[in-house]
Amino acid sequence: MALKLPIFMDSHSTTPVDPRVLEAMLPYFTERFGHPGSRNHPFGWEAEKAVDEARAKIARLIGARDPKEVVFTSGGTESDNLALKGAAEMYREKGTHIVTTAIEHRAVLDVARRLEKQGFAVTYVPVGHDGLVDPEAIRGAITDKTILISVMFANNEIGTLQPIAEIGKVAKERGVLFHTDATQAVGKVPVDVEAMGIDLLTCSAHKIYGPKGIGALYVRRKNPRVRIAPIIDGGGHERGARSGTVPVPLAVGFGTAAEICREGMPEEAARLARLRDALQDKILSSVDEVYLNGHPEKRLPHNLNVSFAYVEGESVLMGVNKEVAISSGSACTSATLEPSYVIAALGVDPELAHSSIRFGLHRFNTEEEVEYVGGRIVEVVIRLREMSPLYELAKEGVDIKSMRWKAE
Amino acid sequence: MAYSDKVIDHYNNPRNVGSFPKGTPGVGTGLVGAPECGDVMKLQIKVNLESGLIEDAKFKTFGCGSAIASSSLATEWLKGKSVEEALKIKNTDIVNELKLPPVKIHCSVLAEDAIKAALRDFQEQWAAKQAAATPSVTS
Ligand SMILES: Cc1ncc(COP(=O)(O)O)c(C=O)c1O
Ligand code: FES
Repeated sequence: MALKLPIFMDSHSTTPVDPRVLEAMLPYFTERFGHPGSRNHPFGWEAEKAVDEARAKIARLIGARDPKEVVFTSGGTESDNLALKGAAEMYREKGTHIVTTAIEHRAVLDVARRLEKQGFAVTYVPVGHDGLVDPEAIRGAITDKTILISVMFANNEIGTLQPIAEIGKVAKERGVLFHTDATQAVGKVPVDVEAMGIDLLTCSAHKIYGPKGIGALYVRRKNPRVRIAPIIDGGGHERGARSGTVPVPLAVGFGTAAEICREGMPEEAARLARLRDALQDKILSSVDEVYLNGHPEKRLPHNLNVSFAYVEGESVLMGVNKEVAISSGSACTSATLEPSYVIAALGVDPELAHSSIRFGLHRFNTEEEVEYVGGRIVEVVIRLREMSPLYELAKEGVDIKSMRWKAE
Repeated sequence: MAYSDKVIDHYNNPRNVGSFPKGTPGVGTGLVGAPECGDVMKLQIKVNLESGLIEDAKFKTFGCGSAIASSSLATEWLKGKSVEEALKIKNTDIVNELKLPPVKIHCSVLAEDAIKAALRDFQEQWAAKQAAATPSVTS
């Protein structure tokens, strides 16, 4: 079969809607268009039933006891906002300290910064070279004022999976609420809020082959009963946690996507890990001085993040952008012209952040695509190294770090 | 962000990539930027010592596509110019030619810096040579 270009390998940003998901959604745009809050006619009943079924499917995927613990939001960003702001407001009397990490998504970090402006203290626990957070460092950061720990399940750049169950244990022992942003992990690797001691969990439909515009926040109702203040007021939907009419077609899509992920997870994860490993082997065996970012084993099965020394990431993307969609932590690709703070937090050489390339495989990638992408990346990197003054210096034996650079 | 056709052309077919052999007479080298900032440009000119004109130029760049295009364009523009004329090349000329968006202006600034640094290097070497050739008056 001929390859269809461009090939999408940027699945940490978003994923295509699975055709089965779309099919499940379609009737809810047209004939089953009712408002789930309409209690007095069949249109409403039908919509409410669909939303509740979707809720149950999501609850099942994350191991929640009760579907009522799943609150629909507009996406991962809103769920993170609701978890942090909602808990901060609700428990402010109890304490004003939050523990999080240096590599969280901006949807957590920026909320943390805002809370700091409002009088909260936030500890940003660093990560090791492999991107892992040490649960003991979390424990060490907890004070008698700490009300919330927020540690992401899987990082969106390097895919590193955190020791969530251990952190959950620390949180329990210290009586602190535990939020995890599991946007990248849910549907991809086993997540179990009960077994892992998670009190609040963020997830998002468009990362799991569902539609954009809907996410969920899991809010534990038992042991302990977690309460959060709403950040959107109004009609009191979602048991008052999040006002606004639930977008029924999106909820149905989210639920269907969750079900498909749960049923196919072991096979899908194994298949994507195999493809990812093939891509990684191809790259590592074809060019020298490529560095893997993040933990080599404890990572999402579909994630690969590497730095090609001496070549800048955007120039790599430009070399393939007609054929392959991937992304980079380079400053040149960001609006702020700052390199990735995630790669920087690993404590690697700063120039390697500019050289980082992220691959995110997905359900519909094929072996042929992986082969093609591997080959093209290698070609482009080799070509760019021929153009790189740093590669030339390194080949001459010059120690680039000992040189005095004048950034003008 | 979409790139202009000219940036794409320079990126795909960069002009004058390379380095002059060490010790080539008349060569001035500029090496600007910093690896930790994500951009380093090396730009070299080769001046014909008789005519005083830049007869060749080469570059190597670690940076984004616009940085590669800016330095590639710079080498094209440098050829055939005198050192004085070359000093007049401005980053804004590069911005206009390549239609760089505002976030990419600094890539053109880096190219201007590289041109200036290469010219300065050549002038300094030249001055040193002159000084060595004419017996200096010591007091
Ligand atoms: C870890 C993480 N958290 C939150 C988000 C935001 O999710 P959404 O796009 O659904 O708002 C993302 C998406 O990039 C993410 O990767
Ligand atoms: S070198 Fe970074 S934007 Fe051009």
